[in-house]
Amino acid sequence: MTNAPILSLQNLTMRFGGLLAVDDLSFDAKRGDITALIGPNGAGKTTVFNCITGFYEPTSGGIHVTHDDGKKFSLEKLPDFKIAQRVHVARTFQNIRLFAGMTALENLLVAQHNTLMQASGYTLFGLFGLPGYRKAEREAIELARDWLERTQLTDRADDPAGSLPYGAQRRLEIARAMCTRPVLLCLDEPAAGLNPRESDELNVLLRSIKNETRTSILLIEHDMNVVMEISDHVVVLDHGKKISEGTPDFIRNDQKVIAAYLGVEEDAVEEIEAEVGL
Amino acid sequence: MSATRTGNASVLSHALKDALIAAIVAFGLFMLLLGFLTDDSRGPLRLLSRPVLLATTVGIVFVGRFLISLLYYNAAALRYYLGELWTAICNFAREFKIALLVVLLLIGGGWIFFSPKDWPLILITVATILIGVRFGFSAALLVFAALFPVAFYNNPYFLGIAIIILTYVMLGWGLNIVVGLAGLLDLGYVAFYAVGAYSYAIIAQAYGWSFWVCLPLAGLFAAFFGILLGFPVLRLRGDYLAIVTLAFGEIVRIVLLNWVSFTNGPNGIGSIPRASFFGIPFNATDEGFAAKFGLEFDPTHRTVFLFYVILALALITNWVTIRLRKLPVGRAWEALREDEIAVRSLGINPTNTKLTAFAIGAMFGGFAGAFFATRQGFISPDSFTFPESALILAIVVLGGMGSQIGVAIAATVMTASFELFREFEQFRLVIFGFAMVGIMVWRPRGLVSTREPTAYLKERKTISVEHVAEGRG
Repeated sequence: MTNAPILSLQNLTMRFGGLLAVDDLSFDAKRGDITALIGPNGAGKTTVFNCITGFYEPTSGGIHVTHDDGKKFSLEKLPDFKIAQRVHVARTFQNIRLFAGMTALENLLVAQHNTLMQASGYTLFGLFGLPGYRKAEREAIELARDWLERTQLTDRADDPAGSLPYGAQRRLEIARAMCTRPVLLCLDEPAAGLNPRESDELNVLLRSIKNETRTSILLIEHDMNVVMEISDHVVVLDHGKKISEGTPDFIRNDQKVIAAYLGVEEDAVEEIEAEVGL
Repeated sequence: MSATRTGNASVLSHALKDALIAAIVAFGLFMLLLGFLTDDSRGPLRLLSRPVLLATTVGIVFVGRFLISLLYYNAAALRYYLGELWTAICNFAREFKIALLVVLLLIGGGWIFFSPKDWPLILITVATILIGVRFGFSAALLVFAALFPVAFYNNPYFLGIAIIILTYVMLGWGLNIVVGLAGLLDLGYVAFYAVGAYSYAIIAQAYGWSFWVCLPLAGLFAAFFGILLGFPVLRLRGDYLAIVTLAFGEIVRIVLLNWVSFTNGPNGIGSIPRASFFGIPFNATDEGFAAKFGLEFDPTHRTVFLFYVILALALITNWVTIRLRKLPVGRAWEALREDEIAVRSLGINPTNTKLTAFAIGAMFGGFAGAFFATRQGFISPDSFTFPESALILAIVVLGGMGSQIGVAIAATVMTASFELFREFEQFRLVIFGFAMVGIMVWRPRGLVSTREPTAYLKERKTISVEHVAEGRG
C-alpha cells in the first residue's frame, strides 16, 4: 500500500472564455480520508468536480489519482467515462441524475455495466444465457442488494427510481456510485434538500463507507453540520482560489474563511462578530 | 363505492344533456345551411330539402359532443365504466371456465355443422381463445399467427396481407431498439430496409448464392450502414438527430436512384432469385417442392413458406430484443434514454452503446429488406421513400415506445387498416391522420405505455409511464 495521496491537484486552472472559474488550484486528498471542498456560491467547487471526473477538460494543470497498488493515473486528458471505467472515480450530481424510469435495482445494475459486459462476453455469451454470465448477474444482484440494505432502500428495490422520495433518491445515487466499486467517491452536495434527521443518517452512511469499504471521499457541501462532523480535511475555495485548508476545527476559526462567507474584507470580521455578539 | 357509482351515473346523464344541447344548436345552425338547397340546374329555381344530410350532421354533432364530454372532460368516468365491464367479463370467464368451454365448443360445433368447409378457421379461433384464457394475450397471438396459414390456406389475399403485416411488425421491432430502447429518434430507418433489399438482390444475382446465405450478408451490410450513420450523429440529440437521420434516408434513396450502373436506377432490379425450401425451389418441375413431397403443385405453397419465414424472422427479432434488454448492453441503452450524463459518470462508453443500438436495429431492418426483395422479386427506389420511414416510426410511437406487444398490435392495425380502407383510396391518409391524432390525444405515450423492469429483487412491478423518459436523442 502506497502512502501517496489518493488524489492530487496541481495548479489546476479552468477558464470559460473571460471567466476564470478555477485559478491555479492545488491540493491533496489523503487516502482513506473524507475531504470536504467548501466555499460560497460560485466559488468554483462544482467546476473542480467536473474537471476531476472528466466532464470538463481543464485549461491547464494536472490531476492525479494513485491506486492502492501505486499505479498512477493522469486524469486531465481522459474522457469522462474512461475516468469512471479505468481510474474508478465515481460521482454523484448536485441535481440528482438517476435513471428515473428504471427500478432502484436496475439503477444499481447499470452501474456494474463494465463487469457484467465482460462476463456476458460482450453480449454474445449472455445472449444464449451461458452459465458464466448468469453467475455474474447473480453476483451483481447480490452487490446491489448489499448496497440497497446499507442505504435502507431494500423495500423500494423494485420501484422506479423516479417515484422515490427525495432523500431516498440521494441515497440511491450514492449506492449507484458505490456499485462501480470506486477508489474515490466524489459527492456533489449530498445533503442538499435533506432534513436534519436525514443528514444525520447521511453522516452515518458516509462514515461507514469510509471505514468499511476504505473508499476515499471527496465532497462538496454547504451543510456545515455534515462537513464539520465527518470530514478529516477541509479545503476552502473562494473565486476559484484556495483561501484556506486544514482540519475542521482550524477552518471553523479561520478569519479568512469567515470573511469569505460573510462577503467582507478580512479585517472587518471582528467588527461584525462584535456587532452580532459572537 | 356507491358514491362513485352515483357520481358516474350523473356524469353520464350530464354528458347526454350536454350532447342534446349541442345537437339542438347544430340543428338550428345547419337547418338552413344544409337542410335546404336552391337548385336551378333544371328549369326554374327550386327549393330542395335534404333531411338525411341534416340528420346525419346533427347525429355526428350529438355523438361527437357526447364522446368529447365523456372522453375529454370525464375520462375517469369512462375508464370506470370500461373497467367495470372488463372486470365483469374477466370474473365471468374465471367463474365459468367450463361453461365458457362448453359454449365455445357448442358455437364451434354448430359452425362446423352448418359450414363444414370452415373447420380450420374454427379450430384456430377456439385454440386461440383457449390459449388466451389460459396463458395470456401474447401466447394467443403467437398461436393465432402460427395457425394462420392453416385457416386461410385457400385465401392467398389474406396470406399476402399477413406477410406484409409481419414484415412491418419486424421493422417496428427493429426500429424499437433504436427509438424505444436507446431513445434515439431515427427518421431514416427505411434506408437500412433498402440496403438489405439491394444487398440481397445484387449478391443473389451476381453470385447466385441461396437466400439463406445472402440473408445474413444483407443483415451485415445493413448493420455496417447503421454504424456508418451512427458515427456522424453521435454528438447530435433530439431534433438535430432526427433531421440528420432523415437526410441519411434520402441520401441512400437518391444514390440508389442515380447509381444506374450498379443499381439499375429508377428501373429497379427485376427477377431477383426466389427463396427456396433449403435448396428445393417452389415450381412445377420435377425438382420442385410439390413434386419432391408428392403434392399437387400449388403456388400457395410458396406463399405459406414465405409466411413462416417472415414469422420466424420476426420472432427472432423479438427474442433477441427481449434477451438484449436483460443484458448489460440493453440496460445501457435504456439508461442512455433516461440520462446520458449519468451513463457516462458510471464508466459506460456512450459511443459504443449508441453504435450497437444503431447497428443491431439496422441489421433487423436489413433482414426485413432481404425478405422483401425475395418476396417481391422486384425492387426499385420507389419502395424506400420517406413515408415508409414515417409509417415504421408511427408504428413504434403508437405501439408505445419500448413495448414489444404494443408495436406488434400497432403494426397489425396500421397495415391492416391500410388494406381495409383501400376502397376509399383518397381518404386513406385522412383516416390514418385522424387515427394518429386520436391515439395521441387518448394515449400520448402509445398503446402500451408501461415498462417492464429487466430484473427484480422481490416482485416484478410494472413501471408507469410518468417516470420513463422519452429520450432526447
